[in-house]
Amino acid sequence: MQSTTLILLLGLMAITAFYLGRGRSLSLVGGHGHGLALHSLPGYYGYYVAIWVALPALGLLLLWVLIEPRIVVALIVNGLPESYQSLSAGELNLLVNNIQNLAAGDVISVDVDEVLQNAASQFTSYLEKSRQILAVLAVGLAGLAGSFAWRRIHPDLRARNRVERVIRWFLIAASSIAIFTTVGIVLSVLFEAIRFFQKVPVTEFLFGLNWSPQTAIRTDQVGSSGSFGAVPLFTGTMLITAIAMVVAVPVGLMTAIYLAEYSSARIRGIAKPLLEILAGIPTVVYGFFAALTVAPWVRRAGEAAGFEVASESALAAGLVMGIMIIPLVSSLSDDAINAVPSAMRDGALGLGSTRSETMTKVILPAALPGIVGGILLAVSRAIGETMIVVMAAGLAANLTANPFEAVTTVTVQIVTLLVGDQEFDSAKTLAAFALGLMLFVVTLFLNIIGLSVVRKYREQYE
Amino acid sequence: MMSTDRTTRQKVEAGLPRRRRKEFTFKMLGMLATAVGILFLGVFFASLIADGASAFKQTYLQLDIELNEEVLAPGGELDLAYADFDGLVRAALRKELPDVSGRSDRRELSRIVSVGASYQVRDLIARNPELLGTTQTLWVPASSNIDMLIKGNIDENLEEALRPVSDKQIAWVGSLRESGRLATRVNTALFTNGDSREPELAGIKGAVMGSLYMLMVTMVLSFPIGVAAAIYLEEFAPRNRWSDLIEVNINNLAAVPSIVFGLLGLAVFINWAALPRSAPLVGGLVLTLLTLPVIIIASRAAIKAVPPSIREAALGLGASQTQVVFHHVLPLAMPGMLTGAIIGMSRALGESAPLLMIGMVAFIVDVPGSLTDPATALPVQIFLWADSPERAFAERTSAAIIVLLGFLIVMNLAAVILRKRMERKW
Amino acid sequence: MVMSTGMSTVTEIPERRTELTGETVGNIHSDNPFMVAEDVNVYYGDNHAIQHVSIEIGKKEVIALIGPSGCGKSTFLRCLNRMNDTIETARVTGNITLDGKDIYRKEQDPVALRARVGMVFQKPNPFPKSIYDNVAYGPRIHGLAADRAELDNIVHSSLERAGLINEVKDRLDEPGTSLSGGQQQRLCIARTIAVNPEVILMDEPCSALDPIATARIEDLMDELCEDYAIVIVTHSMQQAARVSKRVAYFHLGLLVEVDETDKIFTTPQHKLTEDYITGRIG
Repeated sequence: MQSTTLILLLGLMAITAFYLGRGRSLSLVGGHGHGLALHSLPGYYGYYVAIWVALPALGLLLLWVLIEPRIVVALIVNGLPESYQSLSAGELNLLVNNIQNLAAGDVISVDVDEVLQNAASQFTSYLEKSRQILAVLAVGLAGLAGSFAWRRIHPDLRARNRVERVIRWFLIAASSIAIFTTVGIVLSVLFEAIRFFQKVPVTEFLFGLNWSPQTAIRTDQVGSSGSFGAVPLFTGTMLITAIAMVVAVPVGLMTAIYLAEYSSARIRGIAKPLLEILAGIPTVVYGFFAALTVAPWVRRAGEAAGFEVASESALAAGLVMGIMIIPLVSSLSDDAINAVPSAMRDGALGLGSTRSETMTKVILPAALPGIVGGILLAVSRAIGETMIVVMAAGLAANLTANPFEAVTTVTVQIVTLLVGDQEFDSAKTLAAFALGLMLFVVTLFLNIIGLSVVRKYREQYE
Repeated sequence: MMSTDRTTRQKVEAGLPRRRRKEFTFKMLGMLATAVGILFLGVFFASLIADGASAFKQTYLQLDIELNEEVLAPGGELDLAYADFDGLVRAALRKELPDVSGRSDRRELSRIVSVGASYQVRDLIARNPELLGTTQTLWVPASSNIDMLIKGNIDENLEEALRPVSDKQIAWVGSLRESGRLATRVNTALFTNGDSREPELAGIKGAVMGSLYMLMVTMVLSFPIGVAAAIYLEEFAPRNRWSDLIEVNINNLAAVPSIVFGLLGLAVFINWAALPRSAPLVGGLVLTLLTLPVIIIASRAAIKAVPPSIREAALGLGASQTQVVFHHVLPLAMPGMLTGAIIGMSRALGESAPLLMIGMVAFIVDVPGSLTDPATALPVQIFLWADSPERAFAERTSAAIIVLLGFLIVMNLAAVILRKRMERKW
Repeated sequence: MVMSTGMSTVTEIPERRTELTGETVGNIHSDNPFMVAEDVNVYYGDNHAIQHVSIEIGKKEVIALIGPSGCGKSTFLRCLNRMNDTIETARVTGNITLDGKDIYRKEQDPVALRARVGMVFQKPNPFPKSIYDNVAYGPRIHGLAADRAELDNIVHSSLERAGLINEVKDRLDEPGTSLSGGQQQRLCIARTIAVNPEVILMDEPCSALDPIATARIEDLMDELCEDYAIVIVTHSMQQAARVSKRVAYFHLGLLVEVDETDKIFTTPQHKLTEDYITGRIG
């Protein structure tokens, strides 16, 4: 039986259980009119039984589905003839994949021999049996638990409290998912990165100047040794980020100042939504625009001025990234400026300052921490940006500070290393996780500082 | 000691012109800065529409296809797999331009029609076998080179060797146009087909369905979990260091680069849990993790906005805290939560980096039918098409972007309208 | 009618007005008028906040504006240095002249005006800068000091005249916000004086301070009125009686009565004035 069908069946059982439970509670006190004799509303007794029916069985289902693949695969592998037992881990993996694909009816890459065919049909039959057992167990468990709960129904049973406790546990579980996500990110990235650092020393990665990630597919392949010095990636990221900040910070800050201090309510009403739209454009679209329109334009303009400009210049990618970040800088600066008490502004104006003097000498210095926090968040965003650079920046590592040349960034390399057919264990793919670890750590650091500063200002305002 | 009034006034007056200039410059800079963002928006949309509008039209040729029995049903039975549909199309084409002779010329002629024409003939006879032996008039798509020619994207003044269309082809197309056999119509293939190697047959349906499935998974998972987490954190969690840590954690997750979520998805969902690559299910799971912090933050704000007086009133009547939350707070906070959810969904719709990590870059032709069929997403499709050097794909990429932005605008408008309508003055 | 102000009581009052007619009772004129308001109206959107107010403010006198909450005293005060310009919905009609020239005329730069008409606010609002920089701010932006020595002079003498120098002379680099409430308000006064204005507007300057700080500032006002015209909005009748030479009573946006302090507090000509003074309203 399919999982979805089983879940539906359990759902139906739970609904039936609800009505049964509710009815039982009422019947125990003599019908609808005597509901007050019950500790909780009759509905809660219904929920009580329904929860007992649904939860244990669903838990079993989840556990089963998670463990099932491993057990079945282990059984299949054990059932293979002797010669297959001595295969390497990678080859075994491939074999198992082929068996699974064959069983699913897909096309596989090797010839189908008898052993494979047998294994595949065994696989299918094991799965079938497993699902049948699961169905029986789950329904049985649901029924058993349900009747147990049904029998416990009693006017003094504090059904509402129990149900609410279950609800609370569900809420806690939901909140924990956020923690688990972070833990998951850290562990998964860290795990693979450690495996990478077992193949390539940390010092080479952090300080090496040569990035050409190759690993041998065949042992005698020419050019098989790769170097994994990530410094050109860091500098490339920094170059493009710097260009983006040079665009975004002045423009974003002055926009915030203009909208906060000078513009009429009408202009504010038009400009702010337009900036929101700018913030909502997907980055892949920005990347397309950068590659198709901005990069050729930059190249033409640069060459007309006498410079040699690559077609995937850092300048093009940085410009577009800067524009994408303008709304972020503008809105965070706006928050910081508005958080400065208006008494400060009145005091300065009362002394005869012009509006620009008030802004530059009184308000901006007071709002500076908030603005800097906003800039940190913007830098973090720029560092982590992927699509714009994948589409508009280069692929070759280049250690340079010249914005007209093509550079590559950490995010571009993560994508390049993982997109396409790779063996999962090679240093090449693991390098992507090492880069991911660096990215996560740096942006986490920037975010923590930036967010705490910005939050302080938002609280002040509220 | 202090300057007399007169001197002070003189000094102030003396400084005024310079200060006024500074004020003017400052204000101008502010206006300029604001204009930069808005101007970019204008230029961007203008170029987008200019590039993409033409992709909504496609050049078609009208051919009289003879559904020859000998070709289609040699042994008396309809052979849909191996019959020479292409030959029938070529024959019909030669009927229109009978003067074309010689093998190389004829080959050139056949290249003005899309390969999709033969699929069209096959589908026609498969649906209506009774048409065997008749001659049917079909509008078939022209090849993408001819389409580009008609749309004016090919410079006819270039040397022949530098162009994708030859002089002869231009002449043939010209005569077809004169005989009324050429027309430009709405490009339905864009919306009904999946991806294809041929630009004239490439459509976004597969990508749109993939995105839809993923958004469904994301919505079904992230909204309940996000709301539940927000409720717990706002209403039940004790204010201690642990809950502060959770809050910092969630705020940080909202700012983590999306590609890191892709790495997480790759390591956990694909490698550890062995879920199928490129499946909308996995894409949806990854996007759920990405959207969850956004929904939690928005929902918390919505819950915070419910005045404590309502809670106190309910508690005073003897409701338990759970009842207060679910009967009173939640319904009142729901509009804000829904708005946050819609905004989270629109952000998820535009994401492509994490999807690249979990394998959605494959060339998928079929429209996905379930959560586990290999699929792609609209932003990823845009990414893939953007890589194509063919001019025809460039305009289709712009068209796909227009469609994507259309979806996003609709979603955001819905959120704004929802927010306006449900705005309560406490 | 017994007054609690400690002044001599009077038992007979000649004929008294009782209704709000828009006419101002008493004497709107001053001996040595420096700022003159003629038929001033202020609108906040549709709200007619100040109605047909005419009054003269003398060159070196202290005039107190009193009245119940929301009667428009602060609004009127803010007209005198055009601080109402900063409010988008505010509209001012009528004539206000400073030393004969209309301050709302097109050529008048509010910036220059506010250098001549300074303002001290209700809640002390020192800038988050050092004490020195707070006081030096005004002279700096207006270019009043040619060099550092001159600026030092101005800062020192301003702090001295504000009665703060002895308490801060050793810590001029410390932030202005590190001072106590009363000290902060004197710092704000020093800041205002440093620009060498001709009129000082004070919007309930002591309402956020304790009685001792209040007393110190009231003493300060006695000294300051030798050099500046002071217009003070106050809620405290005792304060008005103590520091001012003339008192103006506002009610619902109208200027009901203006006269010398003695006359207002002993023989108010309008019933509303009397009611306010005796505590029956406001």
